[in-house]
Amino acid sequence: MVELNTVKKSFGDVLAVNGVDAVIREGEFFSLLGPSGCGKTTLLRLIAGFEHPDEGSIVIAGRDMDQVEPNHRPTNMVFQSYAIFPHLNVEENVAYGLKKQNLSREDQRVRVNEMLRLVDLEGYNTRPAHALSGGQRQRVALARALIMKPKVLLLDEPLSALDKKLREQMQVELRNLQRTVGITFILVTHDQEEALTMSDRIAVMFNGKIAQLATPQVLYKRPLDKRIASFIGIMNFMEGTLKSVTEKGIEIDAGPLGTMTISPDQMPIPLQPGDVSIGIRPEMLTILFSSSDKAEIEITGTVTDTAYYGDMTYYEIAVEGLEREVSVSMRNTAGRRVLDIGETTRLGLGRESLLLLS
Amino acid sequence: MTGAPRYLTIFVGVYLVFLYAPVLLLPLFAFNDSAVIAFPLKGFTFRWFEGLAGESTLLVALKNSLIVGISASVLSTCFGVLAARAAARYDFLGKKPIMSFLMLPLVLPEIIVGVSLLIVLVQLGIELNVWTVILGHVLICMPFSIAILLSAFNNMDKFLEEASLDLGATRRETFFRVILPLVMPGLISSLLIGFTLSLDEFIIAFFLTGTEPTLPVYIWSQLRFPSKLPGVMALGFIMLVLSLILLTLGEYYRKKSAALVGSGSSEIRNG
Repeated sequence: MVELNTVKKSFGDVLAVNGVDAVIREGEFFSLLGPSGCGKTTLLRLIAGFEHPDEGSIVIAGRDMDQVEPNHRPTNMVFQSYAIFPHLNVEENVAYGLKKQNLSREDQRVRVNEMLRLVDLEGYNTRPAHALSGGQRQRVALARALIMKPKVLLLDEPLSALDKKLREQMQVELRNLQRTVGITFILVTHDQEEALTMSDRIAVMFNGKIAQLATPQVLYKRPLDKRIASFIGIMNFMEGTLKSVTEKGIEIDAGPLGTMTISPDQMPIPLQPGDVSIGIRPEMLTILFSSSDKAEIEITGTVTDTAYYGDMTYYEIAVEGLEREVSVSMRNTAGRRVLDIGETTRLGLGRESLLLLS
Repeated sequence: MTGAPRYLTIFVGVYLVFLYAPVLLLPLFAFNDSAVIAFPLKGFTFRWFEGLAGESTLLVALKNSLIVGISASVLSTCFGVLAARAAARYDFLGKKPIMSFLMLPLVLPEIIVGVSLLIVLVQLGIELNVWTVILGHVLICMPFSIAILLSAFNNMDKFLEEASLDLGATRRETFFRVILPLVMPGLISSLLIGFTLSLDEFIIAFFLTGTEPTLPVYIWSQLRFPSKLPGVMALGFIMLVLSLILLTLGEYYRKKSAALVGSGSSEIRNG
């Protein structure tokens, strides 16, 4: 639906987008995820037509968008600030783009009401813009864009201005809305959790480039490098040695975890024998509370810090032989106690939870 | 009520009396039934106001003032829109010096501006008439127009324009459907304040007026005749009231402008 071919854009000396190639499929919920200043918003604005690429091309629905102004593109945008027209009421805001289509008053009314129902704002037609809450503004911005029946809906950090509860609720609603209307959504966000829960595929961007484009699961389980691994969730790293790669698997020396053979897919980018980083997600480590609990690999450590979140407890545990403390997250199931700082405990893990990175 | 020490309160009181007490004499003598401007007051009368209607030169001066006021305020608002829009949206070479230059008439002594313009116009061989006064008044109204309109344009979320383009409107339609309605209160404020400034302005008008005097110039010319003084008082009273009404309206629209463009998206409330 949207093809980005080696798109480049700089502002003065700053290279905002530095050669992005990607194909965004029809009907897909696609996210551009990255820290602020990584070029994701510029990329979105390039797709919308508010900026023009210095190099490369953007093709939307089979048509090259070079020289095509925003008002003639099959895209519509939900702005970060929502950009609700302050001098118009809800209905006038939503109907803004319909003026050109010369609809009868009745047709226009029907379509506006249909849209307001879709975004759960039925009956708000005459509410003035200044009397809307943040969540309502966001819904108006959505309705105003979707009523244009765009081929691609662009969303620029649409949830960042909302408080946590409302944001989580809107994540679910946006996802459902996308499934209902079946339009391609491109979402820009710096919130990895938001990207993971909502997207079909995510492009992680650093310094104007796509570092990895994958499904949420692949991105979380098989990040291509340490930077991506630390940006998406939390990852413990320890030093290890890659000894050999054979048909049976990869033989590694993981320091205090011992030597073992792991599966080839646990090394997303082929590495040469030598020093490597070994990554483990906090939830892959289990605290072995009872002496009868067993695990494939067991290590011993001392709790140095705990954070109780209600449903989860997060531990920092110092393990002998490891330079840095490891983060461990445990679900607080019935009857499970929370360890105190200073307690010594056994940790268990399976070797399939290890990830080899350079 | 806590706060200000007593001597400050006294200072403010004295200050206000000094500033506005003379103005209060205007209505006092405008309604006084005596040709002599002196205490004690005689009876209450409307005859000075009635007398004004019969002064044909006054009516000509009034017409001139209206032409000058309307033309100057419209022109300075138009130029102000161009300057404010450019300054709010674009970065261009020499933007700061150019904007300071445009605001300069605010601090220049009007007599200097008046004399300079007069010399230039005479040298160019241009005949003095209402249009030369309009020219001078546009110059002194511009800084006010720019200041009012700049805040109107600056407060407007630039994403509103992009949103309009994004929804299929052309740049022209965007101007008429989004930008203009949002800066309209600022526009009205600029027109009202420009008109008031021009209506009350004397020095530049005096230098550039030729044979077509504006109201302040007419008033000044009447001051030489003691018998006309009560009539001048009445006229002055009318102008004072009119100016106050216009300035209040102008201020109302300026505040409304700030409130309207400000409510767009800068403050986002959750709920």
